[in-house]
Amino acid sequence: MLKDLLVILIASSLVNNVVLSQFLGLCPFLGVSKKTETATGMGVAVIFVITLASAVAGAIYQFILQPFHIEYLQTIVFILVIAALVQFVEMFLKKFIPGLYQSLGVYLPLITTNCAVLGVALTNVQKNYGILTGIVNGFATAVGFTISIIILAGIREKLKYNDIPESFQGMPIVLVTAGLMAIAFCGFSGLL
Amino acid sequence: MNSAKERLVNGIIKENPTFVLMLGMCPTLAVTTSAINGLGMGLTTMVVLALSNVFISMLRNIIPDKVRIPAFIVIIASFVTMVELLLQGFIPFLYDALGIYIPLIVVNCIILGRAEAYAYKNPVIPSLFDGIGMGLGFSVALTCIGAVRELLGAGEIFGIHVMPDSYVPVSIFIMAPGAFFVLALLTAIQNKVKIAGERKGKDMSKIQSGCGNDCMNCAEAGCSRRLIDETKGEGEKKNA
Repeated sequence: MLKDLLVILIASSLVNNVVLSQFLGLCPFLGVSKKTETATGMGVAVIFVITLASAVAGAIYQFILQPFHIEYLQTIVFILVIAALVQFVEMFLKKFIPGLYQSLGVYLPLITTNCAVLGVALTNVQKNYGILTGIVNGFATAVGFTISIIILAGIREKLKYNDIPESFQGMPIVLVTAGLMAIAFCGFSGLL
Repeated sequence: MNSAKERLVNGIIKENPTFVLMLGMCPTLAVTTSAINGLGMGLTTMVVLALSNVFISMLRNIIPDKVRIPAFIVIIASFVTMVELLLQGFIPFLYDALGIYIPLIVVNCIILGRAEAYAYKNPVIPSLFDGIGMGLGFSVALTCIGAVRELLGAGEIFGIHVMPDSYVPVSIFIMAPGAFFVLALLTAIQNKVKIAGERKGKDMSKIQSGCGNDCMNCAEAGCSRRLIDETKGEGEKKNA
């Protein structure tokens, strides 16, 4: 059991990295990676939300959708639950943990439409993960996202001092960087 | 029928969602490993886009302004579920190839963007053609990208072998890193066109490099926000 969880942890965070091999959550990956601090903030917020969302989505699937045989409604239910959850988390943090809200608050609305959150919830169902396995998978996926966004932000900080051809300035060079990172992450596929 | 033609041309060429607006990049990168997958994804998105545009346009006087985004999402998610079940039943090979990216059409910014920017403000028929036009533009773009990747990565187009036997396929192009490189080249070409146009003094503000530039602005309605602001500006100008 523990071994299975460990395998999922490594597979979802490194081998099948959510951004670099599945292209989910590309918008924040490219948009919020100019500085390492903001990238870290975004990463932590994503870990928080995805872990919570996979727990809630897993519970709803197992205790509501399955008993009533309405699994086909999963997409509709999950997207609404995730949107509501993010709103709720935002309100909760604002009221009770203002310190955390100040550092994570700006990133929360960005996450609502982050396809990685919905992607993880659907993958958990598709692979028949239970609630606990689903939570571990969600956490690992989010950790993978955080690792790659922090690395990209670090590279982008150095990239500023380089002489880049005019038409490659801005997005194109960042995408080339991401491509090279994806090649590097391919190396992890030998791990399992 | 003039406006219908105008909407189609607008979607395919003037405001091509992939090449000009750079929206919906997740599916663009993920499913374009071959031309046929790109075409399948494009057409699936087109069906959802056209149907949701028609429905949102029909309901535009009923949906209250404050809850419009959740309402749009429910409508879009319903159509996505329908299309997913139909694909599973009738085109299983495409269903297997596209996998999780079919339900993820829900969060494709093109669909929410068109709902907000066009269908919510316009009558049913133009909205239908707007959806078809944008969907066709997306399909054309995905098929082109898929064809290039398939040609370089496997020496084939639509599964037909076209390269000479001496050609060694660069298989990285059909793997994940290849997607980033193809998109990098695409945005570089876009940049070049934009810079050249600006030098000649043309207004190139319509050409954008995706949400990548400034994700902070996407906050409220995903990437669609930028589309909304743009259209609102146009509307205000017309009113003035």
